[in-house]
Amino acid sequence: MKFADEFRESSLARDLSRTLAREAEAIGRPVRIMEVCGGHTHAIFKFGLYDLLPPSVRMIHGPGCPVCVTPRAVVEMAVRLAEQPGIILCTFGDMMRVPGRTRSLAQARALGADVRMVYSALDALEIARRHPDRTVVWFAIGFETTVPGTASAVRRARAEHLHNFLLLCNQVTIAPALRAILEAPDVRVDAFIGPGHVSVIIGTEPYRFVAEQYRRPVVISGFEPLDILHSVFQILRQIRSGRPEVAVQYRRAVRPEGNRLALEVMEEVFEPRDQEWRGLGVIPASGLALRPPYADMDALRVFAGLLPPALPDPRGCRCGEVLRGVATPPDCPLFGTACTPSYPMGACMVSAEGACAAYYRYGRSTAAQPAAEVGEIARS
Amino acid sequence: MHGRDPGYILVAHGSGGKLTGDLFRDLFLPAFRNPYLEQAGDQAVVPLDGVRLAVTTDSFVVSPLFFPGGDIGRLAVYGTVNDLAVGGAVPAYLTAGFIIEEGLSTEDLRRVVQSMSEAAARAGVSIIAGDTKVVERGKGDGLFINTTGVGWVPPGVELGPARIRPGDRLLVSGPVGDHGAAVMARRAGLDFEVEGLVSDTAPLAGLVQALLAAFPGAVRCMRDATRGGLATVLVELATASGKAFRVDEAAIAVREPVRGLCEVLGIDPLYAACEGRMVAVVAADVAEAAVELLRTYPDGQQAMLIGTVAEGPPGEVLMRTVAGGSRRLELLEGEQLPRIC
Repeated sequence: MKFADEFRESSLARDLSRTLAREAEAIGRPVRIMEVCGGHTHAIFKFGLYDLLPPSVRMIHGPGCPVCVTPRAVVEMAVRLAEQPGIILCTFGDMMRVPGRTRSLAQARALGADVRMVYSALDALEIARRHPDRTVVWFAIGFETTVPGTASAVRRARAEHLHNFLLLCNQVTIAPALRAILEAPDVRVDAFIGPGHVSVIIGTEPYRFVAEQYRRPVVISGFEPLDILHSVFQILRQIRSGRPEVAVQYRRAVRPEGNRLALEVMEEVFEPRDQEWRGLGVIPASGLALRPPYADMDALRVFAGLLPPALPDPRGCRCGEVLRGVATPPDCPLFGTACTPSYPMGACMVSAEGACAAYYRYGRSTAAQPAAEVGEIARS
Repeated sequence: MHGRDPGYILVAHGSGGKLTGDLFRDLFLPAFRNPYLEQAGDQAVVPLDGVRLAVTTDSFVVSPLFFPGGDIGRLAVYGTVNDLAVGGAVPAYLTAGFIIEEGLSTEDLRRVVQSMSEAAARAGVSIIAGDTKVVERGKGDGLFINTTGVGWVPPGVELGPARIRPGDRLLVSGPVGDHGAAVMARRAGLDFEVEGLVSDTAPLAGLVQALLAAFPGAVRCMRDATRGGLATVLVELATASGKAFRVDEAAIAVREPVRGLCEVLGIDPLYAACEGRMVAVVAADVAEAAVELLRTYPDGQQAMLIGTVAEGPPGEVLMRTVAGGSRRLELLEGEQLPRIC
């Protein structure tokens, strides 16, 4: 396949793997790299990249899964909204199975709530057009990748005078989260693999403080195996040279200036607000609120009484530490026993991009057998 | 509350993955227990006056009713016929039950029925009985179809996971994920962007009978890779046989539009449904010849060997990835959901 096969070539991967080993040896100490984005976590497991990384390079899973970082109280709010008469709650599929206080949206739907899985904010808008007698709430989650789509839907709803389209807004921005991780006393990260899709929108500028103030490399990476290995190589090179910077490995998609049109529509519709992240607490200016001309479309205002007080994670759940990279999924006492993808207790087990789901699906015995041996058996 | 069954049925209970298995094992099997049901195969083989009768039933609920390369009617015929075929049975008769939602256009129903008629003729089965029910508008999804299939297993044909031995080879009759990708594209409204996405819906009986005739005794077990896709079938077979499988991702064919769509949606083609592909476990000494034979058939042109049965932890399916790493395949849990970004 064009633009994918080139980044999956196993002989190139092996060559890169050897180069990485040499770089790591030259550095001479363990290196902890956080992949910010859940898509990268997923790809690392899907392609078995641990087999190709030097033992001294440790990958840490970051907070870049929008489902995972949505606080439990907001999920509970979504469930309560869905259970109101006359409301249609629209959501991305992944959000369906995250538990609120007593149930998930999928469970609320099974009990009669009108919850609809859609692929974009514009799909939710279309449902609002088709049901003028109902209130359609779009559960807006996501990083800068999906925010422009939601902003466009808001603008269109206003232009069409659709008064039955509301947002339950839990959109977040990546740069303040990186700062929070760098400031957290229990987190130790030497470098970041920057998120590819988010960076298509925001470009490189928002990460500059990481390199300049905190002296940590950021390499924005694509999602194919060679992309990720190549990004690790660039990171190791920067560490070795002692000159941290923001680099773009994913050049076929990311321009340093980002996507100006998308940024403009975001800017017009949303403004920064302090926001609670699951696992990271409240991070200043990391969330997005509707600007005053659109504030009447905020479901949190219209249905303020439905928002529950803060809800802690279920007892034993260590999603928060997993999201900060201070615990790995198997460290959690619930992992794989009380908490599985079929019946998740924490958000990290729900989304395909969640670290726990990736560990559960791919990781548990993968490391037990060297890749070479697997290949030989398959071909024998 | 969390971490266990909530006490009511969720969509995921019907996805064919782990929750469906839980329902069968914890609810249906204890109530209906008998030796045939306990085998939990795609079909039951029961003795009847000297004949080994094969019986299977399946219900089809697909949205949309018509998709590139097929429709619910064709699925309802081939799905059931294929469940018989992969057990080594010769499919003979079908029954068809229609649950129709008030308001469905007669023309759509006529198209579905015509499609079933053509599919039955191609698969060599007769539809010999049926039933029609109509539910009020809003209480169905246009049309649901249940088909029950009856066939017979010729003397000497013995297939099953228990016959799988270390050293056997794993064979797939063609590229995987076509059906799942075609339906998902239509649901997501993406078909205009992804040309060439067509369901692989097709009858398997011809391929199966050819293999069984050419290599008597060397074909250990077969399955059709429907819900849960190739990966789920491999894990189920490895688990049922108590063996470990080793698979080479580079050997598994995935058509370009299918790979493209799966990349866009963040879905793994190895877990996307097929409706005309079979997975066969065959003895190593006939494996190459079996692939060559399948390739002489239109529905088997891209047949391939994808791996080997090994000594190892029972049920473990370890795949060497295209990048040269390794990854364990698991059962599909819940539904495959498109990624957010």
